[in-house]
Parts: sequence; C-alpha cells; structure tokens
Amino acid sequence: MTAARLRYGEAILEGFEYLLGRYPEVFVIGQGLWSPWYVGSSMTDLDKKFGKHRIIDTPVSELACTGAAVGAALAGMRPIVVHPRIDFMLYAMDAIVNQAAKWSHMIGGQAHPAVVIRGIVNRGGEQGAQHSQSLHSWFSHIPGLRVVMPYTPTDARDLLIASTLCDDPVMYIDDRWLYSQECDTSPIRELDLREIGPQCLRAGKHLTLVGSGYSTHLCMVAAGQLDARQISSEVFDLRVLNPLDCRDIARSVDKTGRLVVVDGSWSNCGMAGEVIAQVCERVDPRVLRAPPQRVTLPAAPAPTSRPLEAAYYPTAEQVADVAERLFGAVETVA
Amino acid sequence: MPVLDLGDLVDPAKYHEPIEISGEDPQFLRGQLREMLRIRLVEQQLAGARKAGIIGGPVHLGVGQEAIAVGVSACLRNTDRVFGAHRSHSHVLALGSEVHPLFAEVLGRDTGLSRGMGGSMHLWDAPRGFYGSVPIVAGTVPLAVGAGLAAKLQGVDAVGVSYLGDGAVEEGSVQESLNLARVLGAPVLFVVENNFFSSHMHIGLRQPSNATARFAQAHDIPFAIVDGNDVVATRKAARQLVDRARAGNGPGFLEAVTYRWLGHVDWREDIDVGVNRSIDELKNWRARDPVARLAAALERIGEWSAARHATLIEELDAEIKPAWDRAMADPWPKPEALLDRVYARGGQRQ
Repeated sequence: MTAARLRYGEAILEGFEYLLGRYPEVFVIGQGLWSPWYVGSSMTDLDKKFGKHRIIDTPVSELACTGAAVGAALAGMRPIVVHPRIDFMLYAMDAIVNQAAKWSHMIGGQAHPAVVIRGIVNRGGEQGAQHSQSLHSWFSHIPGLRVVMPYTPTDARDLLIASTLCDDPVMYIDDRWLYSQECDTSPIRELDLREIGPQCLRAGKHLTLVGSGYSTHLCMVAAGQLDARQISSEVFDLRVLNPLDCRDIARSVDKTGRLVVVDGSWSNCGMAGEVIAQVCERVDPRVLRAPPQRVTLPAAPAPTSRPLEAAYYPTAEQVADVAERLFGAVETVA
Repeated sequence: MPVLDLGDLVDPAKYHEPIEISGEDPQFLRGQLREMLRIRLVEQQLAGARKAGIIGGPVHLGVGQEAIAVGVSACLRNTDRVFGAHRSHSHVLALGSEVHPLFAEVLGRDTGLSRGMGGSMHLWDAPRGFYGSVPIVAGTVPLAVGAGLAAKLQGVDAVGVSYLGDGAVEEGSVQESLNLARVLGAPVLFVVENNFFSSHMHIGLRQPSNATARFAQAHDIPFAIVDGNDVVATRKAARQLVDRARAGNGPGFLEAVTYRWLGHVDWREDIDVGVNRSIDELKNWRARDPVARLAAALERIGEWSAARHATLIEELDAEIKPAWDRAMADPWPKPEALLDRVYARGGQRQ
C-alpha cells in the first residue's frame, strides 16, 4: 500500500483547518476569502466550515486590514491576514514594517503582535510587472519580522501552524507555482518557529545549492540533472529567512567548496547575496574552490510578452549550468 | 447637500465663557478639573525640561487640549483598547497612568511605561487600557479597529478607541479604517482632536472643509462635533457613541474642536510657523481654556474658589515634582535591552 500523498495547496488548507479547529483566537482576514479563485486550493470552503465571522472577506483595503489584524493580535487574537498577491500587499507596508515588526521593541517587550501576514507569490501567465513579485528579501531586512518561505508541502502546513502559534509577527510567503507539489503525508506537528532554520533536503559532496520556496524546487531538479553529470549536490531549503541562520550551510560549503544560491527575487541587496555573505563570513576563503554564484531574476520588472517571460524566470537547467561551470573543464571532481 | 463645517467653533473669539454644567455632579467635575490640571502641569514640566535640554528627544505637547482625553476617558474602562499618536501624554494620563513612569519613559529610563524603549512618542500602559501610541500619522487607526473587532470576536463588550488628529484624516489609512469599521460593525470610537494644524499647516490649506466629521458622514458612521475645550460636552458626546458601540451597534466618530497652545513639537509657541497662527489668535484661543472655563463654572455655583485652585496646584506639584526627581535618578535600560526585546522571549536561533 502506498502512503497517501499531500499536495502543497491542500497542505496549507490542512494547516488552516487545524488552527481554526483548535484555537478559537485564530481568525483569517483578507481579500477573496469567500471566493475560490483568489487563493487556489489553499482555503477552499473555510468560510463554510468555520463561519464568515472567522473567515473575513474584506473591502479592498490592504493597509486597514493588515493594521486591524495587528491591533486584534495586540488584543489577544491570533489573526492570519491573507494577501492573494504580494504586489498589492505593498499598500500595507506601514502596518507590517512600522507597526507589527517594531511594536515589541518600541514598548519594551511588554506586548507582541502575534499576527501572520500571508503573502502569496502569484506570477507567470503573462501577468506582468505588478502581478509577479517575490519580495521576501525586503521583509527579511527588518528586525522583528520573522519571514517564512516553505517549500515542502509538510512545511507549508506545519510552518503555517508554527507561524500562527508564534508570539511574533510572521510574514509567511507561499508560491502558487508550488501548489501541485506532492509529498507523503505525515502527522501534523506543532513546531516552535524559533527552533526552525534551513533544512538539508539532499546530501551531496561537490556542491552546495541553496534555495527558498520555489527556488528550492529548482535546486532539487537541478541536483538531479547534475547527478547525471557526476556532480553530487547538497541542497538546502532556507525555510526561515529572518532571522537567518547560515551555520549549517557554511558547514556544507566547508565540505563542498562550492556554493550556488538560487533566489526568485533580484540580486542587488537580495536574499542570495545575504546567504553568500553569511557563508563567506564563516568559512576560510581557502576552502572555496570557485567563486560563489547566484541565480536570480534579471534586474528588470517581469515582462508580459511570452518569449520575454520565458527568458525572465530562472530554470533548473540554468541552475545546473551555472553550477557545472564552477567545476571548469580540467578540474577533476574530488 | 452642503459640506459639513464647524460653524462658530472655529472663531477663537467665542466660547470663552464658563462651560454649561447644570445637572452635573460638582464633586465629579472637581475630579475632572484635577485630571486636566494634572495633565497640564505634567506637560509644563516636560516643556521646561525639554527647553533646558534635559530631555533628549522630541516632546509633542497638548497644552490647551486636556479636556478631550479627560472627557473621553470618563466613558472608558480599563478593559477598553485605546491607541494614541505622537501627542498622547494626555491620553495615557487620563486613563489613570502614574506620572512617574511617564516621566521615566520620556527620560528613557528602565522604569518607564515602555521600559525606556519608546520615549514620549511610544507609550504603553495596557493594564489601564492604553495599548500604545506611535508617531506615524494614522499608524494606529487601523489597529484600534482591529482591537475593537477582536472584542466583538471575543464576545466582550470592550471598545477600541483611536485618537487621531485633523492631519491624520488626510491619510488613506483612515478612510480605509472608517469603511472597514463600519462594514465589520467593529466597536470603535474615533476621536479626532481637531486643533486645525498638522505639524505646521492650517487645515484651510489642506482640506476643502474644516470639519473632519464629513468623513464619518461619508462612511455612514454616527458622529458628533463638540467644543473640545468643554470637558462636559465632550464627555456627553463620547458617552453616547461609546455606549452605542459597546452595545454592538458599530463605530462612532467624535470630532473635538480644540487648539494647541504650543507648537507642533517642544516648548515653543511657534507663532512664526504656519499660516493663520498669530499672537492675537493664540491669545484668543488661550481664553477658550478648558481648565479655566470649568473652574469658573464651578466657582459660579460656589463649588470652587481661587484658594481651592491654589491648593490643588500645590497638591499636584507634590505629586509631580518628586515623580520627576525619582525618574531622573532611575536606571537606564541594560545594554542587552537593545536586542532582547526585538522578539518575544528572544528570537535568535541558538
């Protein structure tokens, strides 16, 4: 008998059902929550199961809804705000960056807004520049804001639960391109988000590949392609981007001597550069057998035209090619 | 429909007479007078210390505006959820906060309301219902809506309260918040302290009407416009709106017309900053003094006197001066406070 399979979108739904079923202080607020086409399979029928008073579809007001969630959290609730596209969430920057992230520090650690801000990366399909962004690097810059980007369906579920049960504000970013990913089901675990960091998904000897969210998927596919080229890759999924802990990744690079970081955002001041910087701060430069590389978006907004869009998003082949070049023509793989 | 306006409340030559107190309990009003005067003396202490350079950061003083917080707070409970802004000393004191931790906070001491991490612009006293103040204009307005919404979800009859100014209503956040509160039926009281000025600019240069309550009208939220320098009128209007929200009938909007005697920040009068702020105008507004008008009303019915007023000031000084001295001697936050309050119980993965 084969194990039951869990898909990413349904895994998020399971997380919501678990939280709403067990924790009366959890409620969900955002746009499109009573409509199936906004949030894919990840929130189907929650309003019917738990009531429209706890699953609140809202006016077109990202800032007020996010701010209201912060205020509700300060009043003892554990709200989850849903932004079906991160691009629109930018209206809520004050509530996220000025209020939620700084609240604990500003008032001496006497209250903490335990709010989850779920931003969905929803791109491709010729949607263009304002329906495409992945802005986790911005948010990871902000002390006080935990940033979570799950890749595996299990993490999508269990880290949603951990984020909601965490006393700090958490930005939870999931990617529509991952919704059909599958893994074997496992029992739900209530994790302490403070204990969660990058996870090694695949052991290897010659190369360290690092991703987050969908970029981890690219790393995993690229690692398979590199196997065929006799290059053995170790793959890390960041999972929690802020606070970021690169110690395990640095230990991996100590062993492999080569690092490629894949990121679905832009290069400058981005997550890939941060990972490389933290690794370089930790390893002896002599262990590096090639300069660390990043695979990111071109420094341009997302285009709409089909061939331009196809050229815009990094692919697993591109990751594998960048990685392979680190080995050079003459170098023998150790 | 004509655009709402404030009528003769904008004329600083008017409303100088004692306030109307018929049917009011004199003893209660003496308490209100005491609270207003306490706020004023505390702020005057802060003004002096800022001028002397003892306070390092900005202090936004509300001298002349004391009746609003005192009148509104008379309708509140310590289970309500009140949010303020940059000018919030009166808001927290009117809820019953002690003077000493406020002073300690402004001085950045560990014993302060926010453990010395916030200063004048980030105050917190949740046990008394004050959930926080921040200086981003309109930053806490949606938070108050959420705190009110939370009360509804929790099945308790607490209300959210949002203090904001006439400048804040120009922020999109406020328009979104009014609409959201109305649509969700959140128990919230929006209190606009309309003192006619943003930091420096008169409302006449910023809005087509001086009445911010027109936004409540637009969002179908019950509202009242009151003389914000009349503590009784303010309390009565707030009472109706708060009771209505508490009973589950949705948000209310109180526009309290007032004037700040001092500039936007610190101790100066700022008569040279901004349009329509002159010595003559300030003199007139000072004659619409919420403290003096209540004192005069009580004196008229034999419930107050110059001697009692002098005694009250002595009593308040006896609270305020030692509180200041004590705060000045209090310890600073420990160095580890810089990092260990960013997350709940420390956040870095070890």
